[in-house]
Amino acid sequence: MENNEYLEVFIEESKEHIQSLNDQLLILEKEPENMGTVGEIFRSAHTLKGMAATMGYQDLADLTHKMENVLDLVRNDQLKITTAIIDVIFQAVDQLEGMVLDIVDGGDGSSDVQGLVNKLQAIESKEDPESINTQEAPTTNEKTSPSIYGHFNQLDQFETAILDQSLESSHYNLEIKVKLNENCLLKAARVYMVFEVLEQVGEVIKSDPSVQELEEENFELEFHVLLVTKDTPEEVKKKILKVSEIEEVTVSVFDHHKQESISSTTESEAEDAGIENRTENKQQTDNKKKTTKAVTSKTIRVNIDRLDGLMNLFEELVIDRGRLEQISSSLKHAELQETVERMTRISGDLQNIILNMRMVPIEQVFNRFPRMVRQLSKDLGKKINLEIVGAETELDRTVIDEIGDPLVHLIRNALDHGVETPENRKANGKNEEGHLLLKAYHSGNHVFIEISDDGAGINRDKVVSKAIANKVITDEEASQLSDKQVYQLIMSSGFSTADVISDVSGRGVGLDVVKNTIESLGGSITIESEEGKGSLFSIQLPLTLSIISVLLVEVEKEKYAVPLSSIIETAIINKNDILNAHNKKVIDFRGKVVPLIDLKNVFEVPTEEEDDELYSVVIIRKGDKMAGLVVDTFIGQQEIVLKSLGDYLGNVFAISGATILGDGQVALIVDTNTLIN
Amino acid sequence: MEEVSNYKSIVIELDKEEYAIPVEVVGAIERMQHITRVPKTASFVKGVINLRGVVTPIIDLRERFGMSSIESTDSTRIIIVQMENFSVGFIVDAAYDVLDIPEESIEPAPKVIGTVDADYIEGVAKVGKRLIMLLQLDRVLSQESFVNAKGLEG
Repeated sequence: MENNEYLEVFIEESKEHIQSLNDQLLILEKEPENMGTVGEIFRSAHTLKGMAATMGYQDLADLTHKMENVLDLVRNDQLKITTAIIDVIFQAVDQLEGMVLDIVDGGDGSSDVQGLVNKLQAIESKEDPESINTQEAPTTNEKTSPSIYGHFNQLDQFETAILDQSLESSHYNLEIKVKLNENCLLKAARVYMVFEVLEQVGEVIKSDPSVQELEEENFELEFHVLLVTKDTPEEVKKKILKVSEIEEVTVSVFDHHKQESISSTTESEAEDAGIENRTENKQQTDNKKKTTKAVTSKTIRVNIDRLDGLMNLFEELVIDRGRLEQISSSLKHAELQETVERMTRISGDLQNIILNMRMVPIEQVFNRFPRMVRQLSKDLGKKINLEIVGAETELDRTVIDEIGDPLVHLIRNALDHGVETPENRKANGKNEEGHLLLKAYHSGNHVFIEISDDGAGINRDKVVSKAIANKVITDEEASQLSDKQVYQLIMSSGFSTADVISDVSGRGVGLDVVKNTIESLGGSITIESEEGKGSLFSIQLPLTLSIISVLLVEVEKEKYAVPLSSIIETAIINKNDILNAHNKKVIDFRGKVVPLIDLKNVFEVPTEEEDDELYSVVIIRKGDKMAGLVVDTFIGQQEIVLKSLGDYLGNVFAISGATILGDGQVALIVDTNTLIN
Repeated sequence: MEEVSNYKSIVIELDKEEYAIPVEVVGAIERMQHITRVPKTASFVKGVINLRGVVTPIIDLRERFGMSSIESTDSTRIIIVQMENFSVGFIVDAAYDVLDIPEESIEPAPKVIGTVDADYIEGVAKVGKRLIMLLQLDRVLSQESFVNAKGLEG
């Protein structure tokens, strides 16, 4: 079916609309009087309905239709927003999301929507039974073919509302009849050009035949457009006539109340009437403009695989560039050198662009949290104010994809275990409403994501006793642990401090998974907490997974890359400073005993026995643990592109991947996390 | 492969014997180049090379077949083989051109061929005076066969 090619677009856009529904509903809940928001919600629901109907997802369309009806009542002041209504709408949005996900998974998006439809119906009819009848109009309107009605005799209520609004804000509502030249070959192209002109001067509300039919050249020579604009009919006409192959343009003022054209003199009255409402309306039109802009803004969706392919090819180019640089410097040919230099600069810019393309604002992950927090705080009977800071912070797409679940878990955790119930908070002299702060920011080559709450904090004794009970640590160990180390314990497997195991969290399998995921992304997580004041979970992540900074080292004739993120510093150590502790070589490094790991032994590098007096050591860390890697020479710091070793070799001990150096050779990347244990 | 009437293959040489690799899976034939050793892998895994931006593991077929390994010469080649999910390179003594082996000349592998374990030999073809052994690549690369050798990895 030809729908298939639209399916992807449908899914993406549906997701966007559902997200926007969620966002706007949250705003609406806080500001029930905000009609602009209702308008937005209505718009999203309406588009969704239209798309679903086009794609043949009937259940989806039915549900959105009912939603739309309820929203319409709200918009027309026939219904007051209550939490109960918002709840039902949220449920509906959830179901919509489920259906869209089903479609993503290859399902047909059908689902039993009857329950929700009835609920929405109940809301609808309880307030104003008559409205059902009026509501039917737009649906039939959508379903009947355009040929049945006149040009714009039947507008749905939303369209009418826009027209009303535009009149109030002294815009013109114009009905435009465009007749194309008989010899016009590419009718669709001309139509497109006309629409482009129209969109520059105003907003197209409706067209007859529909835009889709126009695109398919499914019309004779004439078409009608309903336009809201600031320009006078004359100006609009002139502008349209600039498009070639147009035979005739008739522009008249459209009055949807009388549904017939009237002279433009009445406009002045409308203008007078509109002045008082202008500010408010202006805001609304502005909002609307913004959304239209967002839809039409020049973005394309690109499959991430293609970007990866681009990246791979570019890396090839970089390697060749390195070779060219070498050749040109050895040839000492001035012109060649100049060209190569230019090429280097350009490819440097190119590299930045390609890397930036993979960056996505973390908003994508964050924007589902307000909804989740709302639901959770309801379920848990807690009051929570979620604050999000730095949602625009950009991260590599691969990291974004992975980081969602861990964050969900941490937030659930903070709400369930962190923030206390309103009664408890009151008793402790705190504000009834708990505060949850979600913050993302860049720092150096890393992105930090912090989740902090002003809840109960972590009870050290409770953690310790639980850890001992669960045999995570022993009695003796417990007394020696610092607070920070104790907090880290809650992320070890088989651990849950909540007294009552709840649905939300507390199965004790979560936090260790969170920790593992973050570490597998090359990041780390730390916990700070003060009892009674709250806790802070701080996640540190690399900006990108595909390009990392490393220290290149040499062991005999082999080159290895050690990720800079795990290096504390490098040191040259005299042989005499190496101590023996329990048959292990250790050094005293800034007052700490650090075990030495000889890369030669770990990697079984073929060696010629030759003992140096001085050892080059890279001090690495994993959490609080440190180790010194003994290498032969440090080559230097470099940005490298991470590559996998491929499926055939699978997981190789202490090697996390490979990279291609400037000379075209492969260097292996040391997995420092497995070395420290 | 049994139903193919003409077995199109690339003939390679290992220790003076000839072997055939089906031509469809051969992605490229490369000259010997620098191989980066990957520690703690099976002994016949020589390491990885940069094959046009893709890190590709290299297997020494001599060692895989239990022959003594030799220094590379001018004729040493790396045959890049594309399997379903990955590609690997085989180091061989030499690679000759493509040969059409008529199906009727292919016989099932004899129970004993020298010292080599016969499970990765699919059959033997007699072409003129040449005796060519057809390789069963899945077996050559099979995980089990080098799990033992890889044991170190733990």
